[in-house]
Amino acid sequence: MNVDLPPHAGQAATLPQAPAFLAGLTLRAVAVQPPLMLTQEEQAIARGEKGEGSGMAMRIVAEAARLMGAPRLIPIASAHIDGALYHGDSGTLFAEALVAGGARVAVRSTLNVGALDLFGCSRQKLPPHERDMAKRMMRAYEAMGCEPSWTCAPYQAGHRPATGTDVAWGESNAVVFCNSVLGARTNRYGDFLDIACAIAGRAPDYGLHRPENRRATLLIDLSDVSPALKQAEAFYPVLGTWLGLNAGTDIAVIDGLQGFPTEDHLKALGAASASAGGVGLFHVAGVTPEAPDAATALGHKPPHRVLKPSAADLAKAHDRLSTIDAKTIDAVAIGSPHLSLDEANALEGFLAGRAVTVPFYACTGRHVIRALDETGRRQKLEAQGITFVADTCVVVTPMLPDGGGVLMTNSGKFAHYAPGNTGYAVAYGALKDCVESAVTGRLTRDESLWR
Amino acid sequence: MKWEPLIAGTAQGETLALSAPISFWGGVDPKTGMIIDARHPERGQSIAGKILLLPGTIGSSSASAVLLELVHAGRAPAAIVMPEPDAILLLGLVVAREMGWAIPPAFKASVAQQKATGAHATLAADGAVS
Repeated sequence: MNVDLPPHAGQAATLPQAPAFLAGLTLRAVAVQPPLMLTQEEQAIARGEKGEGSGMAMRIVAEAARLMGAPRLIPIASAHIDGALYHGDSGTLFAEALVAGGARVAVRSTLNVGALDLFGCSRQKLPPHERDMAKRMMRAYEAMGCEPSWTCAPYQAGHRPATGTDVAWGESNAVVFCNSVLGARTNRYGDFLDIACAIAGRAPDYGLHRPENRRATLLIDLSDVSPALKQAEAFYPVLGTWLGLNAGTDIAVIDGLQGFPTEDHLKALGAASASAGGVGLFHVAGVTPEAPDAATALGHKPPHRVLKPSAADLAKAHDRLSTIDAKTIDAVAIGSPHLSLDEANALEGFLAGRAVTVPFYACTGRHVIRALDETGRRQKLEAQGITFVADTCVVVTPMLPDGGGVLMTNSGKFAHYAPGNTGYAVAYGALKDCVESAVTGRLTRDESLWR
Repeated sequence: MKWEPLIAGTAQGETLALSAPISFWGGVDPKTGMIIDARHPERGQSIAGKILLLPGTIGSSSASAVLLELVHAGRAPAAIVMPEPDAILLLGLVVAREMGWAIPPAFKASVAQQKATGAHATLAADGAVS
């Protein structure tokens, strides 16, 4: 295995195309990106002096830093790892190479979903080879010391880094929640870089780790939106979708939601914005930690842009979440991001003891399943036809009934990914509407809020 | 003309210029290199073995996993050319190199700079394009 340092990761690295006349000048003085500087300790780790697994991880972090123009690495307080979802054998081989090299995570690390429900609530339809490799991959991440949380809502499973701390989190909804709602600082760590940062205990210093890059530049004025809509659960995935489509690379501060959103609403808003677009951070004036008011979030500077969505704009974003105008439904999926205990309670309340007549998947984490099990409520809900899905979800691994059809969901993220990943057409509606439709099999939706 | 090398290496071959940004996860079949995103204008074309000219990248943080899988399956592009470095996508190449697998290079070039190539191109280690 190659143990050389990456070509530009060393202490004396220079830009590849720095002309000869710049020799002797500091690069900063000519407004060119400074080269990456690694400490002596980081260089020693990268050379493999603390084991080949740690060396590999440090070299990967250093290469990412070089590619992004980060001048240094910074310590991180925790990691959330999205890399344990099986996409093919190569990812399993990488994780096992880290384990074989003796790698262990240096900071608290939770795991996002895998391709299998190892907790055993539900069944996935992976062929034998894929099942074996997916399981090996999940076990390899556990062997490195990652917590078997297996949830895309780690922030509701006890992993809540403090405001202002640097962390390395993966999975787009977890990233946007961590930045926006917790006020901890993370970039969007993709597969492999998340575990590499967790092992190295460090991350490249760039992007949303730097306070100057967290300032809002786009003001969203919601003064034209009715209070009735702002109270509705179904509003937040729609607002998130609209935001994802309109924010571009700007960081938004949303003004006019003071007193309305619950944590689950913010979770749904973020998840939809990060799947419809590339949102990694948003602020909500009077609600999220870096936005006591809009002016503070904007750094007391005028925004680059101001957007004031009309009822028609939001109705259009709402309509976009459904891909079919159906009369009946074939299945329901909720829990992207994974259901909180509050959301599971709401499901139970709307069912009111009735049984569903179509397959109904409620995706959540072990933290919620265990809480439901304590009082025997999971068993009751399963007897009413609910299939709980732990550790994974219906759009990342094959588990919906074959043949396709119409999938109803209250999740903006499921609505975005289900058509491509499952072949099902999507009907979007509030949780209450999903439950009513699942009881009768006929699509029932309250559209009055949108018209 | 020179493009900035992002991941070192050389390449030669047919070019494929995408007319819209692509998400590798859900957009490219990791086993074959075919573009499978139903909404993508180049759907049905293969990126395997091509000098891939990207106007941009979007979407999932699992793009690196798809690219690693393409390298492992021998279906990676011959080179990846992008207007801005995308650390998520390029991590797939960094990890493949750590695994000891042969990887394609990557270069930074704006869409305007990308238009200077014809149907075939040769990319030198210093980013010289011919």
